[in-house]
Amino acid sequence: MADAYNRRPAIVSFVAMAFVLFWLIIAAFPFAWTVWGSFKVQADFFSRDSWWNAIVGTSTNRVTGSTFTSAGYYGAWVTTGFWRAAVNTAIITVAVTVISLTLGTLGGYALARSTHRYRFGILIAALFFRAMPDITLVSGYLLPFFQLNIWGYLPTAVIVLVALNQPFTLWMMYSFFQGIPRDLDESALVDGCTRFQAFRLAIIPVMWPGVITTGLFSFLLAYNDFSVSGLILTEQNQTMVPKIASYLGKIQSDGNIMFAVAAVVSVTIPIFLLVMFFQRYLVSGLTAGAVKG
Amino acid sequence: MGPSLIAMFLFMALPIVSIFVQSLHIEHPQVVIVSETCQPFGGCVETTSVDAAAGAKLRAEAPLGQFNGFGTYGDRNHLAFAEIGIILTESAGLGDAVSRIYNLPLYRALAFTVAYTAVVTPLAMILGFLIALAVNTLPQLFKGTVIFFSLVPMLITPLVGALILYWMLNAEGILGAAIQGLFNDPNLSTRTSAPLTWVTLMTYGVWTNAPFSFIVFYAGLQAVPRETLEAAMIDGASRIERIRFVVLPSIKPLVLFVLLVQLMDNFRVFEPIISFNAASNASSLSFLVYSSLNTQTTQLFGSAAATSMITIGFITVLIVPVLLRVARDLSGGKT
Repeated sequence: MADAYNRRPAIVSFVAMAFVLFWLIIAAFPFAWTVWGSFKVQADFFSRDSWWNAIVGTSTNRVTGSTFTSAGYYGAWVTTGFWRAAVNTAIITVAVTVISLTLGTLGGYALARSTHRYRFGILIAALFFRAMPDITLVSGYLLPFFQLNIWGYLPTAVIVLVALNQPFTLWMMYSFFQGIPRDLDESALVDGCTRFQAFRLAIIPVMWPGVITTGLFSFLLAYNDFSVSGLILTEQNQTMVPKIASYLGKIQSDGNIMFAVAAVVSVTIPIFLLVMFFQRYLVSGLTAGAVKG
Repeated sequence: MGPSLIAMFLFMALPIVSIFVQSLHIEHPQVVIVSETCQPFGGCVETTSVDAAAGAKLRAEAPLGQFNGFGTYGDRNHLAFAEIGIILTESAGLGDAVSRIYNLPLYRALAFTVAYTAVVTPLAMILGFLIALAVNTLPQLFKGTVIFFSLVPMLITPLVGALILYWMLNAEGILGAAIQGLFNDPNLSTRTSAPLTWVTLMTYGVWTNAPFSFIVFYAGLQAVPRETLEAAMIDGASRIERIRFVVLPSIKPLVLFVLLVQLMDNFRVFEPIISFNAASNASSLSFLVYSSLNTQTTQLFGSAAATSMITIGFITVLIVPVLLRVARDLSGGKT
C-alpha cells in the first residue's frame, strides 16, 4: 500500500529539502573553506580586500608563483615540529583507548550482570562524574602530580584521560551488555564454565560491535582533549590540540598564522576519516544511551 | 568490575577531596626581608628584598601553602561576599548594582556560563529536531550524506572547530567581512564588542551541538508508531497537530536524555573562549580554573580549587533534578 502517510504536499517537501540543504551548507562549508584556504598565503585567507582572493589566490600567485602553496603545512609540520605533537597524540590516544576499553568492558559486564542494589548507585555516581567539567578535576590532579614528580609525562596524561573516560565507557558498555541476553552466558555457566570462561567463550565473540563503538568515543575523547593535555604535559610532550593553542599566541605576532590553519586542517582529517568509515557505529553509539537508558 | 571501580574512585573521587583540601589553602606569601641601611648623614633607608631561598623552603615544607579556611571562597576573585555587601548597600539603583557585580570575575564567568547554557541548549535542540523532521522526509539516498556532514561539526575537536568558525568570523574572514558589509560598518568586529562576542560564541555552540540532537531525534522518529500517526491522520489531525500530539510525546524520553547531555556539555564551555580569543569579553567557570592554573609565574592552586568546588556546586544544583529522574527510571523501569 502506497500509504497516505508518505504523501505530502509539494510545498512541504520543498521546504524540507531547502532546510536540509541550508543545514548542509552550515555544517560543511566552514571545513571546505578552511581546507581550501590552508593552501593559500595569509594575505589571501585573511584578505582585507575581498574574500574572493581566498578562492582564486591572488596573493598566493604573486608570492609563490602558483595558486596553491603548501608553505603552511611545511611550516607547521617541519619548522615548528608539529610532527612531534602528532606522535604524542598517537601514543596517548591508542593507550587511552586500549586501557579504558579493557577496564570499561570488565566493569560494564560486571554491572550488567550484577544483581546488587548498589549498581544503580555506581551508575548514578558515574553519571555525576561525567557531569563535572574535566578541568575541575585536573586542578585536583596537578599539585599531587607535582609532589610525586610525575607531572609532564605522557603516561600521566594517559592515566588522567582514562579516568575521565571511565564513566562514559562504563555506561556505554553497561547498556550494551544489557542488550546481550543473559541466557547466553548463563547457559555457559550451567554447562560448567566459570564466570570468566563464560565471559571469554560466550560474550567476547559477540561483544565487538559494542567495543568498537565505545572505542571510537574513547578515541575521540582522548584526541579532542585540550584541558588535560594542555595543563599536564610539558611543552616537549605536548599533543596536537594544545600545540595549536600555543600557536595562537606565538605565531599570530610572527605573521605565520597559516601554520595554525594548516595544523587545524591536519587535525581535522583523521576525524573526517573516522566518520567516513565508522558512521554506522558512531550513530548507534550516540543513540544507544538514549534508546536503552 | 573491580578495576574500573578502583580507577573511578582513585581518579575521580580522590581528586575531589584533593580539590577541597587545596581550596582551603592559599599560596605562601613571598618571604620579605626588611633591612635598614643607615648612612652617617643621610638618615636611614629601609630596603625590602624577597628571600627566594626561604620562600622555596616554605613551599617544600608545606606544598599546599598556608591554611586559609574558607577565605578563598569569600575573596574578591570568588564569591566576593564583602564586595557584594558593599555594592548592595551603596549602589545607585539596580542597573548599577548588576553592572558592578558583573565586574567581579566569578560572577562574570557565571553570567556567561549560565547564559550560554540557557541559550545554546534549547536552540540546538530545536534546530536538531527540525533537521531530523526535514531529513525524515527525504529519500533514503540523501540521508547518509546528511548524517555524515552533520557528524563532523559535532565530533570535531572543540578547540579546532571553534577556531575554524573564528577565522571565518574574523574581521578579515569571509563571514566577518560579510557582516561588516551587511551593517555597512567597517569597524564592526567580534573582538571589540562584548555582545557580538557572546553571539558568535553561542552561534558556535549551536553549530556544534545541534547535530547531537538531530541524530538522537532522528533515531527516535524511526520508532514513532505508524499506526498512531495514520490514525491521527484519519481523525483529521493536521501535520503540525500530528507532530505536536503524536511525535513529540513518543520522543519525550529522548528529549530528557538529550537535555541531560547538553546541559552537562554546555556548562563546561571552555575551548571556544580560547579559540575566539574572547577572554576580555566573555569568560566561563572552566576558563577561570584554567587561567588560575595557566599562569606565567606561580600557579594559583588555591584559587583554581575554590573555583572548581564552586563549579561542582553549581553543576550539582543543575543536574540533580535530572539525575533523580534518571535514577527513578533506572530502578523502576527495568530489571
